[in-house]
Amino acid sequence: MKAENKSIRKKAFTATLPIMAGYLVLGMGFGIILRSKGYGAIWAFAMSTVIYAGSMQYLAIDLICGGAGLLTTALTTLMVNARHLFYGISMVDKYKNAGKAKPYMIYALSDETYSLVCVDMDMEEGERNKFCLLVTALDQFYWVLGSVLGSLLGAVIEFNTEGMDFALTALFVTVFVEQWLSTKDHAAALVGLAATVLCLVIFGSGSFLIPSMVAITLALTLMRKREEAVL
Amino acid sequence: MTHAALIIAVAGAVTLMLRFLPFLVFSGKRETPPYIVYLGKVLPYAIMGMLVIYCLRGISFTATANYLPELIACAVVVLAHVWKRNTLLSIISGTVCYMLLVQFVF
Repeated sequence: MKAENKSIRKKAFTATLPIMAGYLVLGMGFGIILRSKGYGAIWAFAMSTVIYAGSMQYLAIDLICGGAGLLTTALTTLMVNARHLFYGISMVDKYKNAGKAKPYMIYALSDETYSLVCVDMDMEEGERNKFCLLVTALDQFYWVLGSVLGSLLGAVIEFNTEGMDFALTALFVTVFVEQWLSTKDHAAALVGLAATVLCLVIFGSGSFLIPSMVAITLALTLMRKREEAVL
Repeated sequence: MTHAALIIAVAGAVTLMLRFLPFLVFSGKRETPPYIVYLGKVLPYAIMGMLVIYCLRGISFTATANYLPELIACAVVVLAHVWKRNTLLSIISGTVCYMLLVQFVF
């Protein structure tokens, strides 16, 4: 049993290494910008724990500095983070018996954590839940650490990290390819790509995410009979 | 300062609500509805496609520097992954390639 736990810990840590790279860089970038606006490490820590959603935190800096209203803030968050509804819907069944840690696992279900926990795994349910909890906690740890470090050390860092945030794009591409290779039925993956590209062209890069989600849900719903026969 | 704290609280509360809502709607000991089980199976494939495009939303085809580094690095990730199927290797090779391209080439 102990050896099993150790191997799960090792698996979880290895799985999160790319996220460590991406989160430390993006988190530090966030901490540095926040500091430059006059909000120090405590604020970085507060935002990374209370909000814990990367792109929204960057946006929140603008909202704070621009003196935005609370309704504007609520609506902006709703638009930017609506994709999290999707993550929840696809994890309802997988997290069904996640136990005491379930509220934490839901609260801290970021994009990158989702990319690691949404895939089918060769583990029994108990191990799977443990793995998912560890991944969730490690990812948030990297993010909080990165943002606080950025705030504290921002000015002294000289290493040119330009482009390192590509690690997160690379992570999503890797998971996409892995999923592609692991199944013969590519309809859902193609729907995701095509619907999003189409909506990006139609609605522009500022507001294509919600239309994409609606289009994807519609397409997958229409395909249900066919897909359930294949899956 | 109060304003900043309120903004953080509101952004946090809305994010929390979005994350919890599906679990609250389909909670309890009841069986998960078959439609949601179906979405749970197919959504991960579609969402990963969506996230890839989301990450690449900033590219434009007006100048080579605005799209070539991204496309080359993505191709490296895909090839590396098809070849070795090692997640870490795929991500590192793509990221290093991208960093070299944006820092030294474009």
